[in-house]
Amino acid sequence: MAARPTFPAGLALDAHKQQACGTPIIELSLPPQVTLALDQGSGYSAEPVVTVGDSVAMGTLVARADHPFASALHSPLAGNVVAIESREAAVEGGRNVCIVIENDGSGRIDDRVRPVATALSLSPEELVHRLRDAGIAGLGGAGFPTATKLNSARASGAQTLVLNGAECEPWICCDDAVMRSAADDVVRGALLLQRAAGAGRCLIAIEDDKPAAIAAVAGAIERQRDAAQRDDALTLAVISAVYPQGAERQLITAVAGIEVPSGSLPAAAGVICQNVATAVAVARWAAYGEPILSRVVTVTGSGVEHPCNVRAPIGTPLSALIAAAGGYRSTPLRLIAGGSMTGRALPSDDVGLTKAMNCVLVATPDDVGSRLGAVEMPCIRCGDCANVCPAGLLPQQLHRAALADAHDAMHELGMRDCIDCGLCDYVCPSQIPLAARFRDARRRLNAAEATAQKAAHARERHELRTRRLQEAATAEQQAFESVRNRARQPDDDPAGGNR
Amino acid sequence: MNPVAIGIALLVAVALAMALGVALGWAASRIEPDADSLVERIDALLPQTQCGQCLYPGCRPYAAAIASGEADIDRCPPGGDSTLRALAALLDRAPRPLDPAFGAPKPAQVAWIVEERCIGCALCLPACPVDAIVGASRQMHTVIAAQCTGCELCLPPCPVDCIELRAAPATSLRHHQPRAA
Repeated sequence: MAARPTFPAGLALDAHKQQACGTPIIELSLPPQVTLALDQGSGYSAEPVVTVGDSVAMGTLVARADHPFASALHSPLAGNVVAIESREAAVEGGRNVCIVIENDGSGRIDDRVRPVATALSLSPEELVHRLRDAGIAGLGGAGFPTATKLNSARASGAQTLVLNGAECEPWICCDDAVMRSAADDVVRGALLLQRAAGAGRCLIAIEDDKPAAIAAVAGAIERQRDAAQRDDALTLAVISAVYPQGAERQLITAVAGIEVPSGSLPAAAGVICQNVATAVAVARWAAYGEPILSRVVTVTGSGVEHPCNVRAPIGTPLSALIAAAGGYRSTPLRLIAGGSMTGRALPSDDVGLTKAMNCVLVATPDDVGSRLGAVEMPCIRCGDCANVCPAGLLPQQLHRAALADAHDAMHELGMRDCIDCGLCDYVCPSQIPLAARFRDARRRLNAAEATAQKAAHARERHELRTRRLQEAATAEQQAFESVRNRARQPDDDPAGGNR
Repeated sequence: MNPVAIGIALLVAVALAMALGVALGWAASRIEPDADSLVERIDALLPQTQCGQCLYPGCRPYAAAIASGEADIDRCPPGGDSTLRALAALLDRAPRPLDPAFGAPKPAQVAWIVEERCIGCALCLPACPVDAIVGASRQMHTVIAAQCTGCELCLPPCPVDCIELRAAPATSLRHHQPRAA
């Protein structure tokens, strides 16, 4: 087989995908209650526009996105808002303000949920605006608002849209399932995203370990040839299955052959990435006017009876997803949102599904146990971590800098370029939890930066105030002197005084 | 070796040393040492609360006092241990504990005006070193939390003690990370 395009370094991992991939997507019915976290995974919260007691329909806006990094939230069911309060949620820190909506069983649909027949003839600006209102966010795991990314692409004139169907992380296969079952929607969504981004061409990148998805998407591209404006507008790029192929920068290197410079956005290099599931969400929005109300999520791990992919309403308690997968097989060791490499441990199975959650991994000691209870040994400087680092960093050196909390050294060694893939950790023979240390160190760097910014701001305000007070004092002094001079004038003027 | 050659070499070396010495002496008397940049660098390490606990009217005057050797580096409780260590590293001095005479470090805080008690006297407005209080005579005042440095200078002028200090709101420390899918 000819070598497939890829990026330097990385590692082929045991995929663990066959467990969940064999069966068709299970459509979950509406749960009795949904818990919508205001932060859907991007780290920024939306602003609620409903109050407790309000009645909402399916598709009603319940929280608007004031911050460009937050995404608008819509009710996935018809019912009443019963609580808006801080609850356990699938976000960093484990808690977030959540809107809790109880299903009233009426199934009413909001008036504004209407097919957008003219989606492809809308101007790009209008399209981006409408996608923002529909709460479309990256379904690949970051939950970043699609509209914000499209705007940055348009601002920098990006010409290439890369549709990310790599799905490189072990255990996760929801994108694979989506591509196999809704390949036409993937391509329709791709054309809309391409138009919104103002990109001339679109590459749909899929790892070569998903032959069924590749065949389905290739067929869909053939069927949609007429809709594309140019012959080369839509291309399928089959790439090699290496972790982390699906990370934005690594994927761009693989398919476009360019390295996105440190500190700049991929859009600045002329490329933007969108997930294939996001493209399907865009196609569903165009077809039914549906904001993001549900997503496909992989429920897997040795801890569930029948690993599977489920399409579930956003906010569905994870216990319902696990029930759809046949329930717990044994007492799980850990519940993880995401895959085994970059996933985050969840506080409980009561939390609601978020837009960013692509996988619920019910892990038993067999799945993740090898590193638990491992004793950290000193670094032996084998360099394995540097060999696999997809960002081209030196984890060994970074680790020393992180332990010493040496901010300048961390900046110099590129701590900010770490993509959190966890490979250094995975290969370390001394079992050093490198990725976790780096996450923590980045948090400290950010805290220091925020403090420095606030201090600079305070300095500026203080200087302005000092100058203003000085000017006021000078003006007062001058006014006083001029009054005094005028008062003294008759006495001081010898000619005038003697007359 | 030729003694004449050695003599010439010595003469050249002495002449060179004298010429350079004169040039350096002249330069030292004419060119001011760059005191400002040292003050800037010290000021950059101070927390900019402008609280005056060091008994100087703001961070920059304290930085100037440290630069001139008038004050020691142990007078800044808001900066705490980390600022003190950074100053010690910059000035090549031995780190030492904060002088408790100037106060103890506290967690980040911001002022909060209790509106039920505020009488709108406007006395706190001129006290704020960063103009973070909005208000006017006989109008309700409020503190802009994002600008407040938690310096406590607004507390003494308030005749009705309506200003409280609350824990500073946590800033989102999350930096948008590119993630593996």
